[in-house]
Amino acid sequence: MATQSQGHYFVPNPSLYPFILSAGLLVMAAGFIFSVNESVPGHSAGSWMMLGGLGVILAMIFLWLGKVIAESQGGHYKTWEDKSFRWGMMAFIASEVAFFAAFFGALFYMRVISVPELAGFDPEFTPYKDFLGAWPSAGPGGVVLGTEYTTAQFTPMGAWGIPAINTLILLTSGATVTWAHWGLLKNKRSQLVMGLFLTVVLGLMFIALQAYEYHHAYNELGLTLQAGAYGSTFFMLTGFHGFHVTLGTIMLIVILLRSMKGHFSPEHHFGFEGVAWYWHFVDVVWLGLFVFVYWL
Amino acid sequence: MSYTTTAHHDAHEDHPSGIMRWLTTTNHKDIGTMYLIFALIMFMVGGSMIMLVRAELFQPGMQLVQPEFFNQLIGVHALIMIFMALMPAATGFANWMLPLQIGAPDMALPRLNNWGFWLLPPAAILLTLPYILALFGIGDGAIATGWTFYAPLSVQGGIGVDFAIFAVHLLGISSVMGSINVIVTIFNMRAPGMTLMKMPMFAWGWLITAFLLIATIPVLAGAVTMLLTDRHFGTHFFDAAGGGDPIMFQHLFWFFGHPEVYILLLPVWGFMPQILQTFARKPMYGYKVQVYSLWAIGALSVVVWAHHFFTVGMPVPALLYFMYSTMAISIPLAVLFYCWIATIWRGSMSFETPMLFAVGWIILFGIGGLTGLVLADVAADAQYHHTYFVVAHFHYTLFAGGIMGIMAGVYYWLPKMTGHMYNEKLGKLHFWLTAISFNLTFIPQFFLGLAGMPRRIPDYALQFSEFNMISSIAAFVLGAAQLLFVYNIISCARGGKKATDQVWEGAQGLEWTLPSPPPYHSFTEQPVVK
Ligand code: HEM
Ligand SMILES: [Cu+2]
Repeated sequence: MATQSQGHYFVPNPSLYPFILSAGLLVMAAGFIFSVNESVPGHSAGSWMMLGGLGVILAMIFLWLGKVIAESQGGHYKTWEDKSFRWGMMAFIASEVAFFAAFFGALFYMRVISVPELAGFDPEFTPYKDFLGAWPSAGPGGVVLGTEYTTAQFTPMGAWGIPAINTLILLTSGATVTWAHWGLLKNKRSQLVMGLFLTVVLGLMFIALQAYEYHHAYNELGLTLQAGAYGSTFFMLTGFHGFHVTLGTIMLIVILLRSMKGHFSPEHHFGFEGVAWYWHFVDVVWLGLFVFVYWL
Repeated sequence: MSYTTTAHHDAHEDHPSGIMRWLTTTNHKDIGTMYLIFALIMFMVGGSMIMLVRAELFQPGMQLVQPEFFNQLIGVHALIMIFMALMPAATGFANWMLPLQIGAPDMALPRLNNWGFWLLPPAAILLTLPYILALFGIGDGAIATGWTFYAPLSVQGGIGVDFAIFAVHLLGISSVMGSINVIVTIFNMRAPGMTLMKMPMFAWGWLITAFLLIATIPVLAGAVTMLLTDRHFGTHFFDAAGGGDPIMFQHLFWFFGHPEVYILLLPVWGFMPQILQTFARKPMYGYKVQVYSLWAIGALSVVVWAHHFFTVGMPVPALLYFMYSTMAISIPLAVLFYCWIATIWRGSMSFETPMLFAVGWIILFGIGGLTGLVLADVAADAQYHHTYFVVAHFHYTLFAGGIMGIMAGVYYWLPKMTGHMYNEKLGKLHFWLTAISFNLTFIPQFFLGLAGMPRRIPDYALQFSEFNMISSIAAFVLGAAQLLFVYNIISCARGGKKATDQVWEGAQGLEWTLPSPPPYHSFTEQPVVK
């Protein structure tokens, strides 16, 4: 840490965006709740509320980040502010890691503890006599909240088809984004733009393949969100990951457009780096998914 | 430590006025004030709910409320007190005092800071809205599972559970944003010369709190998301038929929940030694040891979670592991107690209101910790789990250790924040009424729990009548005493004897070098710490 004063820290002007963003979240959450509770009067208005809230949220994110970009271009962010963004982004990514850890935890728990346990009861007393507990599993079946639930018949997703291709795609995209970074550091704009462009294309390919995989799972493998332990963890893990890839791709597109406009310099490009870190994070989570969800 | 203050106090305040000032502010003092006021309001709201509960429990039999409503009151009370009173109060202090204590011009990410606050009122609306909707025949009221959301009850529960899930999501985002801000501020905004080991203890307490929040709040978010999809989209995380397990919910919840109890207390452990040293007029004892102890507790707190459900059925090695690791936490905690006591030992003490609260806090929080040790014993817990003994234990930790600690902080810093002295007589009266009625409320609950009275049940066997009646009467006094607190705060904000910059004779630290109240923008030029 510096031993002399670091000059003036930029404190942004008062802003209404965060407040409106929160209001949008409130409306969206309430709308969602109404829309999923069919017994509730006003249920039909729920989806519209949700869409309205989402619209407000998107508009606010757009305006807020637009303002940040304007401030950055206006030269308000020096090394000191830049450091804050770096620390902040690291802490944010750490919290995302913890979020995924919860779902990985659920996967390991079911696989190692609850599914084998359900198969291991004394046959004299268990209602699950024929249940073997082998993974992948949709559980022993039985009565769920009053409705008869029978174990879903499904084929698990193989690792060496689309998932392996997707692994290659994401690993390559990690390389292209790094190559773009080198371009930026050497002030080679064309390499920067080209690298980002390739990364975006790879991201979009990943999303498209993932969508195809879901289609395949639902229509041909009988593998759905309702398919017990395996279906729940498969779709929640890959779903949240896919959502993060989508976010990351949108961020990359923004950064690509900014690079084409001439934003960023070799010394000053936190926006680029933050997105690149995020992309690497998404990449690492995928490796975990590939190993523990698809492969092993 | 000595400082050379080069702060130039420019008085220009460039912000909109009226309500827009508060909606749009990026100023750490404004945001801190909003957090503190919000916490105070929600403290009174959550308190009123529990007055109704104590009224129902005044006598055996069903008097005032339906059992379903009783369950809703209990869960919402706890969620409000934990997430909307205690946590925002601590964040309010962080906003107000961290930049002043470490010589920073503001929090590092001011707009994010504003968002962190403004997520709270929507969360409060979401949590309590089902009560109002129920009046119009929509749904069956707020969440009725208690604050712990245990499956399968929460999977089967009404619309209130959905509202609570989203309230928790918003609160979680708020906490994560607040934590990011604290971490960045502490790492990047300290005045030149203020090394980590020269930081005020409050900064250490909050830094570890922020790490714990970042590590555990997202796990809670994941757990309630699984709950949501189990409720509405047919996943089977908590359902044995699909290979899931309701007990898995308890693991996920308490992986967050146990660190959460330290999240609630670490900020208090941070500023309490500062209060003690101020009124003992003696430097804090064992600064380094305290820092290490805080770290040790923070680290241990994420590996002990299953002590909350010893009775659920676990392999014996797991029971032993969770028992011993839980007991291990009491070692660094005992070190902290030792340091606090050594700080005031043979000091030239004076007992203004903050000090009364601080000393009372050491004793009462000590009872909370000792009864925790009792609960950590697997064999004993088989008897005490889910009884009023647990309720009494966590109120000694959370009401005495948490809320009364926050009260000490309020009286300590109020003159700095408002520029006026509060009414000392009224403050002392508030302390004595609170301390006495608190004990009369919760000591009987230890006995009730030992005798086997279960928690979260609106009716009870006749043999529990006397203790419940005492507890209820004392609870009403405790509730009423808080009106004095509110009154004292409001009148202090309105006016009163002018406070000096130093405020307390023994006060040390950068915040006391600024005027009371400090200018809107302080430390735009950072002071240099030698
Ligand atoms: C030496 C310190 C402590 C130990 C050994 C300890 C141990 C325990 C144990 C074993 C339980 C579970 C009892 C049961 O449900 O059967 C428990 C409950 C609880 N403790 Fe502690 N505790 C300690 C300190 C604290 C502190 C500092 C706090 C809060 C700041 C706290 C808050 C709670 C809460 C809120 C519950 C009840 C949760 C619920 O069921 O809703 N404890 N404690
Ligand atoms: Cu615990």
